[in-house]
Parts: sequence; C-alpha cells; structure tokens
Amino acid sequence: MPAVSKGDGMRGLAVFISDIRNCKSKEAEIKRINKELANIRSKFKGDKALDGYSKKKYVCKLLFIFLLGHDIDFGHMEAVNLLSSNKYTEKQIGYLFISVLVNSNSDLIRLINNAIKNDLASRNPTFMNLALHCIANVGSREMAEAFASDIPNILVAGDTMDSVKQSAALCLLRLNRTSPDLVPMGEWTARVVHLLNDQHLGVVTAATSLITTLAQKNPDDFKTAIVLAVARLSRIVTSASIDLQDYTYYFVAAPWLSVKLFRLLQCYPPPEDGALRSRLTECLETVLNKAQEPPKSKKVQHSNAKNAVLFEAISLIIHHDSEPTLLVRACNQLGQFLQHRETNLRYLALESMCTLASSEFSHEAVKTHMETVINALKTERDVSVRQRAVDLLYAMCDRSNAKQIVAEMLSYLETADYSIREEIVLKVAILAEKYAVDYTWYVDTILNLIRIAGDYVSEEVWYRVIQIVINRDDVQGYAAKTVFEALQAPACHENLVKVGGYILGEFGNLIAGDPRSSPLVQFNLLHSKFHLCSVPTRALLLSAYIKFINLFPEVKATIQDVLRSDSQLRNSDVELQQRAVEYLRLSCIASTDILATVLEEMPPFPERESSILAKLKKKKGQSALPDIDDSRRNVNGSTEHSEITDTTNKSSPSLLKDLLATNRPRPSSFSPIMHFARTMDSTPSFTDMLSLSSAPTAGASLLVDVFSDSSTLTSVDVSEEHFPRFVCKNNGVIYENQLLQIGLKSEYRQNLGRMYIFYGNKTSTQLLSFTTSVTTNDVLKTQLNVHAKAVDTIVEGGAQVQQILNIECLSDFKDAPVLGIQFRYGGTLQNIAVKLPVMLNKFFQTTEMTSQEFFQRWKQLGAPQQEVQKIFKANHPMDTDVTKAKILGFGVALLDGVDPNPANFVGAGVIHTKNTQVGCLLRLEPNTQAQMYRLTLRTSREPVSQRLCELLSDQF
Amino acid sequence: MMQFMLLFSRQGKLRLQKWYVPLSDKEKKKITRELVQTVLARKPKMCSFLEWRDLKIVYKRYASLYFCCAIEDQDNELITLEIIHRYVELLDKYFGSVCELDIIFNFEKAYFILDEFLLGGEAQETSKKNVLKAIEQADLLQELCAFLSPSPVMSTLMCLCTDWLPSLLLLLLLLLLSTLHAELLSAWHLFLCPEHLTLSLFGGGGQST
Repeated sequence: MPAVSKGDGMRGLAVFISDIRNCKSKEAEIKRINKELANIRSKFKGDKALDGYSKKKYVCKLLFIFLLGHDIDFGHMEAVNLLSSNKYTEKQIGYLFISVLVNSNSDLIRLINNAIKNDLASRNPTFMNLALHCIANVGSREMAEAFASDIPNILVAGDTMDSVKQSAALCLLRLNRTSPDLVPMGEWTARVVHLLNDQHLGVVTAATSLITTLAQKNPDDFKTAIVLAVARLSRIVTSASIDLQDYTYYFVAAPWLSVKLFRLLQCYPPPEDGALRSRLTECLETVLNKAQEPPKSKKVQHSNAKNAVLFEAISLIIHHDSEPTLLVRACNQLGQFLQHRETNLRYLALESMCTLASSEFSHEAVKTHMETVINALKTERDVSVRQRAVDLLYAMCDRSNAKQIVAEMLSYLETADYSIREEIVLKVAILAEKYAVDYTWYVDTILNLIRIAGDYVSEEVWYRVIQIVINRDDVQGYAAKTVFEALQAPACHENLVKVGGYILGEFGNLIAGDPRSSPLVQFNLLHSKFHLCSVPTRALLLSAYIKFINLFPEVKATIQDVLRSDSQLRNSDVELQQRAVEYLRLSCIASTDILATVLEEMPPFPERESSILAKLKKKKGQSALPDIDDSRRNVNGSTEHSEITDTTNKSSPSLLKDLLATNRPRPSSFSPIMHFARTMDSTPSFTDMLSLSSAPTAGASLLVDVFSDSSTLTSVDVSEEHFPRFVCKNNGVIYENQLLQIGLKSEYRQNLGRMYIFYGNKTSTQLLSFTTSVTTNDVLKTQLNVHAKAVDTIVEGGAQVQQILNIECLSDFKDAPVLGIQFRYGGTLQNIAVKLPVMLNKFFQTTEMTSQEFFQRWKQLGAPQQEVQKIFKANHPMDTDVTKAKILGFGVALLDGVDPNPANFVGAGVIHTKNTQVGCLLRLEPNTQAQMYRLTLRTSREPVSQRLCELLSDQF
Repeated sequence: MMQFMLLFSRQGKLRLQKWYVPLSDKEKKKITRELVQTVLARKPKMCSFLEWRDLKIVYKRYASLYFCCAIEDQDNELITLEIIHRYVELLDKYFGSVCELDIIFNFEKAYFILDEFLLGGEAQETSKKNVLKAIEQADLLQELCAFLSPSPVMSTLMCLCTDWLPSLLLLLLLLLLSTLHAELLSAWHLFLCPEHLTLSLFGGGGQST
C-alpha cells in the first residue's frame, strides 16, 4: 500500500519535499527554501484569513525546513492556533510543531498551556493523549508548573482509558526528571504502585518505568513495589511463550517489561523476607536455565530479546552480590558468551564480567576466563570489543596474575589501535606499580612501555617511574644499570633519554665501578643522544651533566668543555644558554663541599595520590572505570591487603600510598637561577636541580648578582609562557609576577600595528628607575620596525602606566621583539624580559572567496616548497566552535562549504607587509577518532608557510 | 532512559531526530554531526554498541538507513536494539514494506508512530497491535476530516511514481544478473537511489541470520 494514501496527504508539502530532493547543490536548496519561507511569510501576513488546511500545510513545511537544519523564526503563532482546531489532523500537526520547536516565549507558553488544558479536560482519549505526548516531549518547567499536579489524578483515576494511563505515567516520569520539585508526592504514589498489578501489560510497562524513577529517589516510599514486581516477574518468566499474546516478542514473553522489572528491583537490596527472596531466586534461576535451552527461533530478534532479559537478570544478581551460586552461574554463562559467534554478545559479556570481577564471590570465577579474554584481545576485529577486553583484564588483575596480564597488554600494545594506546599505557603503568612485588620488574615494565609506545607515554608515567626509583633505594642500582643498557640502543625514544638522564644523573655512581659503565662512558652515552633531543630534554641533560660533575670529579674537565662550547653558551634557546652559563660558572667557582651540598641526591618525594590513576580516571570518567582500590577491598579482602602492608612496612612506611601519588611535579621551563635562588633561600641543599617541582617565578634574585659579571647577556630569562596564547587573540595579560602585571591591547591594520602596554604595580610601594626597552635581533631589525613611546620612570604603588608601541611590518619575519623592563624595588634591581606577541599572522587581512576560486588558487600554489603540512595530536578537546574561533582569531576568513568534508576547516587571508603581500590558504582536518589534526598551509613564500604553520599548530 | 534517537542515511542525511533530553539546537547539531560520522565509519561486521562520551550508542542499519539510539550507562543494550527493530516493524506494517522515501515524505507520520511507541525516552506500548490501532484511529479521524474539506490526495502518488519507475526497472534487471556477482549488486544498489530499498528486506545491519 503506497504510503501517501494514508490519512490526507498534503500535495503542496510533497511537491516541496520533491523540489528540495531535486536540488543539485546546497546553494540551490537554500534558494528554494528561502523562496518557500518568503511565500509562507506572505501567506501568514496576508489579509486573507487562511483556512485550517493551508495553515496546517504551511506549518508542516516550516517543520520540514527546520528538521533539515535551518532556523525558523516565525510560524509559532499559527502552530498554536492549530492546537485549538477541532479537526484532529490540524491539532496533531500543531502539537508536533510545538514539540519539535519549543520556544520559551512566555506569551506563547501560556497559550499552549491553555490549549493543553482544554484537551486534557476534553475526556476525548485521543485528544488527551496528544496533549500528554506534548507535555512529555517538551517537558519544560512552565509545563511542569501548570500540569504536574493534575497528571497524577489522571493516572490513578478509575475511569481513565488504558492508553491515557500509559501516556500519563511517562509524562509524569519526564516531568519528574526535569523538575522533580514540582511533582507533588502524595496519596497517589501508593496507588501508582498498584498499577504493577494492572491487567493491561502496556499500562504495567509504562508504570514500571515511572515507579523505577521514583523509587531511585525515595526508595522507602515504594518498597511495596518489590513484592508486586517479583510476583509479576515470576508470572512472566514461567508463562508459556504464547500466553501474553501480542506482548510476546519472537517467542519471548514480554521482554521489555521483564527488563524494566529487573531494573526496578535493582533499586533495592535483596528482599529480607525469606519466601519473597526464594521466589525471586527462582525467577533468576529460570532465566539462567532458559539460556541453556535450545532457541525457539533462529531469528536474531529472538536471541536478542532473550539475552536482554538474561543480562538484566545478571545485573540484578551482581547488584545483590549475595548469592554465590547465582554469581558463579552468571559468570559461567558470560563465559559461554565470550566465545559466542555474535560480536554483540561477546562485547556485552566482556562488559558485564568487568562488574562481576569486583565481587568477592565471583572474582576467582572470572579469573578462570583469562585465557579467553587474552585471546579476544588478540583476535577481535572490532576495536570497541578489544577495548572491553582490556578493561576486563584490568579489572580481573590481582597479584597472582599481574605479571601475565601486564605482559599480554604490553605485547598487545605493539599492534594496538592508536586511539586506545594511551589508555593502555596508563593501565599497564598502574598495574605494574600496584602489583609490583619486586621493583626490578616494575622498572623493566615501564622501560618496555617507553620502548614500545614511547609516543603514548604521557609525562605522568615517566615522572612516576622516577619518583619510585628515588623513593626506593633497593631498586636504584638496578634502575641505573637497566637504563644504561637501554640507552645502548642506536635509536631510543626521547622519553627514555629523559628517564636515563635523570636516573644516571642521580644514581650513575652506583654502576660506575664497572669499567664498561665508567663515568666517562656514561657521559658519552648520554651526550651521544643530546643532539637528537628537543629543548626540554636537552635542558634536563645539562642538569644531569652538572650532577655528574659532582658525582665524578674525573669527568669535570670533559663536561666543562661541553658546557663551554659555542653550541651551549651561545645557544639560541635562552633556557639552554642560561643553564650552560650557570652550570659552567657553578662548576668553576664553587668548592667541592658547596657543590656536593647544592647537587645532593634528590630527597624522597612526599606522599601523593597516583597521578597516573588520576589521569586515567579523568580520561575514562570515574564511573566507567572499575576502581581497582575499591574492588581490591572486597576481593580477597584481608589477605591481599596485609600482604601489601607487609612489604611496605619493610622498606618505607608509606610506600604503597606514595606509589600511587599525585600532585605532579612538572619539569618547568623556569630559570634554574630562580630555583637556585629560591632553594638557597629556604633549604641549604640545591635539590631541585632538575626543576621537578615548579614554583612561581617570583623570588629574590640572590644568585643573579653572583653571576652578573659573566652573564649580563643572559641574566634574565625571557618569559614566553603566555606568548602562544596571543597567537589567536590580541588582548590579555602577557606577564605577571608578585610585583608587576603586564597587560596588552593591540590592533593591526594591513602592515601597521599599535600595541598598548599596561604596567600594573601590584605592590603598595613605588617602583623606581622604571625603564623599558624593546629589542629586536639583527635579522628582525630589517623585517620589523618597532617604535616605543617613553614611559614614566616611577610607577606608584597600585598604579598602572601605559606605553604605546608602533609597529610596522617590512617583510615576513619569524622572531619576536623582546620587551625588557628594569626597575628598583626595595633596593634591588629587578630585570624582566618578555617576548612580545608580535607575530606574522597579526598582519593578515581576511579574504572571502567561493569554492571555485579557492580551489583554483589552491592549485596555483601547488609547488612542493609552497606547501607546509603538519600532523599533530590535539592538546585540547576537539570542539568545532572553539576551533572556528581560533582560526578566525588567527586572522583568516573561514570559508564555509568549500571543503567537501564539512568537518574540515578552510581559511584564506593575505599577509600585508610593506614590501609585498602574501596570499595564504589553509586547511585544517580534524580526526576526532585519533584525536589528531592535519594542518596544510599554502602560500607563495616558503618561510611564511613554515612560520604560520608553527604558530597555528600549537593552538589546538 | 533513551536520550535521543536519530535516523540517518548512508550519505549522512538526517531523516528523523527525537530528543528526550533538553539540549540547545547547536548542541543537537554538534552531536548529530559527530555521531553520524562515527557510526558511518564503522565496518558492517562490527558490534552494534559503542561508548560515546558518557553514553552508550546502540545502532543498526536497515537497507540504506541507520537507526541510532543513545542510552544511559544503566540501560540495556540488547533491548534497545529490539526497540529499534520493533519501530522498524511498526513503520513497515503501517506503510507496507517501508522504505526511506516513506519516511522522507511522511516524516510527520514517522514521528506520530514513534510517540505512540516511545514516550519520554521509555517504551510506552510494546504491543504492535495496540500501537497500530492507535495510529489507525487517528488516521480515521483524519480521513473524516479529509472528506469534509476537499484536499488533493492522488497527485502526490503520481509525482512519486515518476521517480520510482525507472529505478524499479533497473533493479529488476539487476536481480536477474545477481547470480553473477553479489558484490557487484550491492555496489549497484548504492548507485541506484538506495532510498527505495525496503528497510526490513536488508534488516540486520551485519548480523546475518
């Protein structure tokens, strides 16, 4: 029977839909829609009163347009008018429109509520249902205020039709969810429970959902529901498959209702009454037995419905967690499903077993399936199933199987999907730490982790291994030996270099007795990696070198030579340069005693919650992750626990807790001098050599003076902490310490820019001899003109002074000018240097272009050196709107509808410099699954493409 | 509780959206875009469930159309799968061998049927007979109205037939050739307007039974 003969078709609507479908392009579609909108608007505004049919037709068209994804800002009034039509068909469309396009316009809400009130009072069940559906669909607060007190009466009234009762029950459920405070509890609640006894199974189905929601909030008020629910369930599960007529679904008796009743019972602990309890147990056993019977149909619907009930029954068994036999039976049943040919069942079995693993009765039973789960990890073709397998292995892990599970996870990691690697790394790190009996195994595991999946080993993981090694002196020698061996590999991951550098710097002396790992060999090994590493790692290595000077006086000269070389002392990176200068100086002027005190071994880290665990929780969401600590508390309870305490007590009293500690130290990019100064101030030992605990940059510059004669050129750390934040915006705070806050406001037009700098004195005393200077290096001088107006030499306490910079861009540039500030505060001279956020992209002018123009130019810029592409990992959540805002802030026009893939972003703009103009096209492709981006830039000049790519790629 | 249900085509076009939680239009569009992309990227033999944000997604493909539901952590995946199937059965029974086109051209009916079946994110009436009875009663009221106020009915049918016929012929031709190469056939289905395919015919989206 062709569809359209049902009811009354609306020809105009069908023609309109056909038109839209025939549109060849998005533009054509929008054109056709705008034409239609104009038509409808004129009809609605016209003098001639529209008849009900036309009104309905136009409202329906508006609805269709809205559902296509376009905005609708009129027609609400006409839809409301339809509500009071006495023709069912018009009323129905009116209600549909209101349900889909809720508008919080208060006038309209009053009118809508009025119409609903009339329909509820009409005693016409069809009209009443329409009204109730509308309330349930909209569920707004205004509606709850108007109707929450009437609906319970409709629900429990003796003469209400069954279908109306069903709608009323679910309508009330929705209102209770959105505005629970407005739904009055009262006499009706007792009567609603008795709906579980209703003859009409549809009414029971709807009522069960309502009662479950209510019972979750006030379990005591609905306790009587337990008896009724068990009785109902028992009748359903023992009924012959045809007894329930139309409520039997593919030979399964009332599967939806059964699932809901089992859910309802999960709001309560096991029944205390013996008879009731055994009746429920019988029900659960029947369901478990049925799973073993041969299927009554080969249809997937039959097995799905049957297993849906089974899984819900198992959930109840796990929830009660009191009947060991049922738990073990449930576990065996799930074990069967682990090898079922249906992927869906395997997935659910793995998921369900995860919760079963935390029960003390079934933990051992779950463990017997370990081989199957490991096999699933290796053979499942669907990544989401493998993910479940990883979760289950994690949940079933305890001291007895930790080594095997960790080994399997490690070997899976080599081929694991990129999307779940980081999570597996975290899980392995946690398990290895949690169940490490001997810490040599732990060290091996983490080093393996870095070897196999170095890119996915987050900072937390390698910080953690260092914390543990520092805190446990029995593993330090082994750790030093192992990292030394691992570093022998010709290519090793940078994270390994970091761990190696740190550990050898601290404990290299423990293996220095062996001529194969003599101090010089150790140093040469580390230094052979130096040139391949990024700046932060090099900084760490430099710190390791100065520690070597303390540990091994015999290599002092070699290391001093390295520090003295131009590539260190004159390194373009300020951080490296500064460390080299300071360390060299320190090694020259400090006596052995001072050196030994300053470069003493790191003291044990204070207790912390495991940062790795915290990270995993954050990643997965607390609920999704079976908490190891909790599960362990139940499982194998006391034995396991005391065992752990035993081992802990032997060595260090707070080990276990400490192993799982948080509050992460971050290797900061702050000046070592500052640290030096601070630590010298507070404690006599220079323990913080590797900057493992970050602190505000403030602090007295005690040691700056010591070095001042030799290192004027590098004495001040140029702050670029906030620099990247200004790539996509022009205003904000660029620098702040305890004394001074520096804010910026900037505006750019073509190749000219003006920057307002605000210096705020945060103290209550004057800042004296306040001078500023803007310096540009030799290269930058030819590319950028910066002219700074003078500024007052005194800044009063709490006051703010302003300085204006005029900027002219001569040609494309890469570096940024540095703002130097000097002043006296309390007798000491303060030096601050801030990198000013004047970047190439500030000189963008947006360019709008059509898809065709865009691709034409894109092709013209096709030479390999004109394109720069970078693939990188997302550092922030991948939010489309934020991304859009950033691209717009970057200065280019965002072009919609150019890229065939709507998820991609395409932009265009022109960089204005005094000498030339450089056109630029960019394309950003997010891959949400892998959490990666690909950024492609094409401009006519290679350095421009390079620089823009660098700037933008750090923003996401 | 079900939070929302989406129906979309293989080309990613949204055919029906039902939201049981209050969300802004912007948020709805974002969720839709994200989910359509995720689900369409999955291969046919993969399992029908996936974790997404803090929700569970249950989806199933029927011919050219994906039915996709988001449920909460406590909810039952398998029964949701059968909610989808029961809805398809309802549509099928009402339209008579329903295809995507029926849902496009009679979207309001698809919404009415859904409202009778699910309300507030929970199953309201699971008996097929009772749901259809309610809809037919409503249709009866409509028909009465239609007789009272003359409105053109048949011409819609005509306009539909014009884009039905050629592809129907092609389909027949292909069915003859289908013994030659099954894969070729499925490729051709896509080439043809797949919206004509009967949903239940290819039902199962990967679970061949």
